[in-house]
Amino acid sequence: MSGVVVIVGATSGVGRALARVYAAEGRALVLAGRDRDSLDRIAADCRVRFAVPARSERFDALDFADHAAFVERASKGFGNGVDGMILCQGEMPDEADARRDPHVLRRSIDVNYAATVSVLERAADQWAGRTGGFLCAITSVAGDRGRPRNHLYGSTKAAVSTYLGGLRVRMARQGIAVVDVRPGIIDTSLTWGLPDLPLRASPDRIARDVMRGISRDRAVVYTPWFWRYVMMIIRWIPDRIFKRLDL
Amino acid sequence: MRLSGWGRHPAQDCLVYRPEREAELAEIVARAPTPTLVSRGMGRSYGDAALNEREGVILHQRFDRFLDFDEPTGVLSCESAVTLSEIIDVVLPRGFFLPITPGTKFISVGGAIAADVHGKNHHRDGTISSQLIDFRLLTGTGHILTCSRQQNPDLFWATLGGMGLTGAILDARLRVRPVATSYVKQSTLGCPDLDTALERILTDDRDYEYAVGWIDCLSRGRALGRSVLLRANPAARDDLPSALREAPHAPHRALPLRVPFELPAIASHSVNMRLLNQVLWLGHRNGERIAHVQSYFYPLDTVQNWNRAFGRRGVLQYQCVLPLANCREGMIELLERISSSRCASSLAVLKSTGPANQSPLSFPIEGASLAVDFPNRGPEVFALLADLDRIVVARGGRVYLAKDSCLSTEHFREMYVGLARFREIKSKYDPDGRFASSLARRLGIVEAA
Repeated sequence: MSGVVVIVGATSGVGRALARVYAAEGRALVLAGRDRDSLDRIAADCRVRFAVPARSERFDALDFADHAAFVERASKGFGNGVDGMILCQGEMPDEADARRDPHVLRRSIDVNYAATVSVLERAADQWAGRTGGFLCAITSVAGDRGRPRNHLYGSTKAAVSTYLGGLRVRMARQGIAVVDVRPGIIDTSLTWGLPDLPLRASPDRIARDVMRGISRDRAVVYTPWFWRYVMMIIRWIPDRIFKRLDL
Repeated sequence: MRLSGWGRHPAQDCLVYRPEREAELAEIVARAPTPTLVSRGMGRSYGDAALNEREGVILHQRFDRFLDFDEPTGVLSCESAVTLSEIIDVVLPRGFFLPITPGTKFISVGGAIAADVHGKNHHRDGTISSQLIDFRLLTGTGHILTCSRQQNPDLFWATLGGMGLTGAILDARLRVRPVATSYVKQSTLGCPDLDTALERILTDDRDYEYAVGWIDCLSRGRALGRSVLLRANPAARDDLPSALREAPHAPHRALPLRVPFELPAIASHSVNMRLLNQVLWLGHRNGERIAHVQSYFYPLDTVQNWNRAFGRRGVLQYQCVLPLANCREGMIELLERISSSRCASSLAVLKSTGPANQSPLSFPIEGASLAVDFPNRGPEVFALLADLDRIVVARGGRVYLAKDSCLSTEHFREMYVGLARFREIKSKYDPDGRFASSLARRLGIVEAA
């Protein structure tokens, strides 16, 4: 395998796991995010463990003016050129906070949705004319149907999924895979300490599924796999009944 | 969250934190509502060292990154939750091995420092302190201090063997050493009784870099303490059979075996254990063979979570060391007490130890160490362990805190004369007593709340 993989939001639980699975495959890595110290440590870890080139790159989801320059910066350095980009930056605000405070709401929309679209559009610009490679974003099963518990967060992810659907068609002619990964509940700092979350998957499991999904050019990846069927059932429940359920 | 150590006894409710970043860890130490905290790595200490009943426990598992490995000097730098197993995976294919390693590789670097672990070469090379260059420690007052033999040396030595009570270890630098191959030349020697075993251990262990012995704690009378000594030196490339010479630094391929569920305590039945010891005794062949480092150093790691074989109530491991002058008499007393009890111990390990280091709470002193497993079968085991403690105290020895869950405050004080010095250093760097554990309260290292 060759080609650089850019991981945006690399200090997140899933981002760190992704860095390891791709490094284990021998891929060179660009790890992007805000916490430079943490990124440098993750990059060093990949270099020592897997003897692959890895470096960190500054990225701030809310600094929209910098996104184009970021895509430029990220694609420089290792020679082989960028093979793919995975976006896993995200913000899961407390739902009650997001309802009450417009700033919190706006911020989650910007980080989860607007920044993802903005970066992918810049990448699509830059990749005009090339063939092959992949673009991937981590969305959520929460986007499959709105539930009172997390529909503000879920709707930002649903918007990304809808956007990816269109981007996939646009990029198909160039042979660029566009992959929408919808994880269920992951054991990360976002969910640590929340009581009684069943079926919590490890970030490593999610990362392995992401890599497999990308290498097989899947459009939508549910991870772990059973969420596809769980969400299928949840989507099928008629509204009349859904209103009375406390999911 | 209910936590327990590797021995699964005791289990206690603790408030568990899992910071993702250093800043978050510092925030927890500064502001977490529980009065005390203790760090936890892989949870491989047997008893209550990484427990803090109804108080805070900080899981270090997210601090699992290598920071640097400089091949020319063999200096490796990593965060505290990197395991020895991961270090071996990184350095062995490049022709290096850990200079000091205990009998399991599934422990974290932070835990290894906190317990000042030793290995099969303690008689020659000392504890993990000898490979440690420095580490960074977050103290109870929120300071991050680099500790080495030159910088904050009192804190360096108190943290080694300090059972996590001086602060949270953030990252460490240690030296690995070049090896010609990933194999050892192992020589096996059966000794029909304790006297023979001790004589061989004390006279010719120094000819071997690594030395350890299986000792049968169930045999009595003339066979009391019969042992199989497994001693080894690193193998040179020419020692290897030609088939292995092509890839002298090959990693070991072993099937990852697991105990899939809680077994009905097979390991706790004395008949099974008598049988196992008999098989090992009759099955040993004296002489030399080539063994991979993984199978020589970590025979039990082949079966992950083997602690489940002892059933739900868990296993109590007892490890003590006796000073050279009292080795023979002390060992005889201990073995007689163990073999006359009905508390079937499974495999026991006998090994010679070298001189103690400067750390106030470090375990090894020059002499010989005995480690025995006892399935937890209730009061009779605890009575036995208390008797063993009395013998060890009377003989001037001590018990290994990383494996202990039963030692009393009084016995602890008699065993560890460095306690006063340790407390002095702890109160200098942690005046408010932010770091404490169930073990620390049980042994009176800190005031019980």
